[in-house]
Amino acid sequence: MLSPPVAIVEKRLMDVKLGELGTWLGGRDFTPNGIIASVRRGHDRYYNKYINVKKGGIGGVAMLLAGYVALSYLWEYDHLKHDRWRKYH
Amino acid sequence: MVTSFFDQFSSPLFMGIPLMALALLLPWILLPTPSSRWLNNRLLTLQNWFLGMFTRQLLLPINHPGHKWALILASLMIFLLSLNLLGLLPYTFTPTTQLSINLGFAVPLWLATVLIGLRNQPNLSLAHLLPEGTPLLLIPILIIIETISLMIRPLALGVRLTANLTAGHLLIQLISTGLFVLLSLQPAVAILTGALLLMLSLLEVAVAIIQAYVFVLLLSLYLQENV
Repeated sequence: MLSPPVAIVEKRLMDVKLGELGTWLGGRDFTPNGIIASVRRGHDRYYNKYINVKKGGIGGVAMLLAGYVALSYLWEYDHLKHDRWRKYH
Repeated sequence: MVTSFFDQFSSPLFMGIPLMALALLLPWILLPTPSSRWLNNRLLTLQNWFLGMFTRQLLLPINHPGHKWALILASLMIFLLSLNLLGLLPYTFTPTTQLSINLGFAVPLWLATVLIGLRNQPNLSLAHLLPEGTPLLLIPILIIIETISLMIRPLALGVRLTANLTAGHLLIQLISTGLFVLLSLQPAVAILTGALLLMLSLLEVAVAIIQAYVFVLLLSLYLQENV
């Protein structure tokens, strides 16, 4: 714990302690520009870790597609539950 | 509530956002932007290779003024291809099953080709309405027929894509429902149905690719006539 003190708001989420979470959330940039910037940062992190590598395989794209399928399922759950609960199809 | 097989084509809302928004956004997320590096990653190399090959192939029969359309035709092809193929994943939504989206692609682009032709070379564009070598008496009727066929083109483009994709999705859902029910009753027949479903899925992949290609090809054809 000899690192120099960093402002709470600028720490990454994984380094924020539970008690500091409120301060951290309050200080983040939730304007449209800020949201776009955070989406871009997230996209760049994913891209550079899984796709923009020398021997990227199918895993990078496959994870994205699996996430898309899961998100679509979540989106449509209200509609899909009727299909599972039906007695007669 | 009464469910029907057509419910898969509705776009349900989640926290106020329709699923169509996510489905339309996904090609942007999946396709990386070209970079200025000399050696790119595999996905980007694959994408660049495919785009280059496709654009070159598409623009072969089009003369020089039509090459301005290279970007929009290639991006339309990639967009339609990715929308169609992503719709084959389970639980996903295919925007190209909606007539509104397909007509929204077809009508403005077709209209643009017609207007370009009428503005830059009106005589030649109007001359397309009468094929060479028609007998004298048939000329009035033929002009009417050709005008009607010209007007129907955007409708045909949109409806072709919609009908093909909708029919494919419906068939997959019907056969898979049958397979589910048969699995408990008569497993032998269920195996046959399973084989049918497998072949149908392969067909759907092919149809998805072909339909996107046909859309863009016909547009380039209309462009060729008019530019």
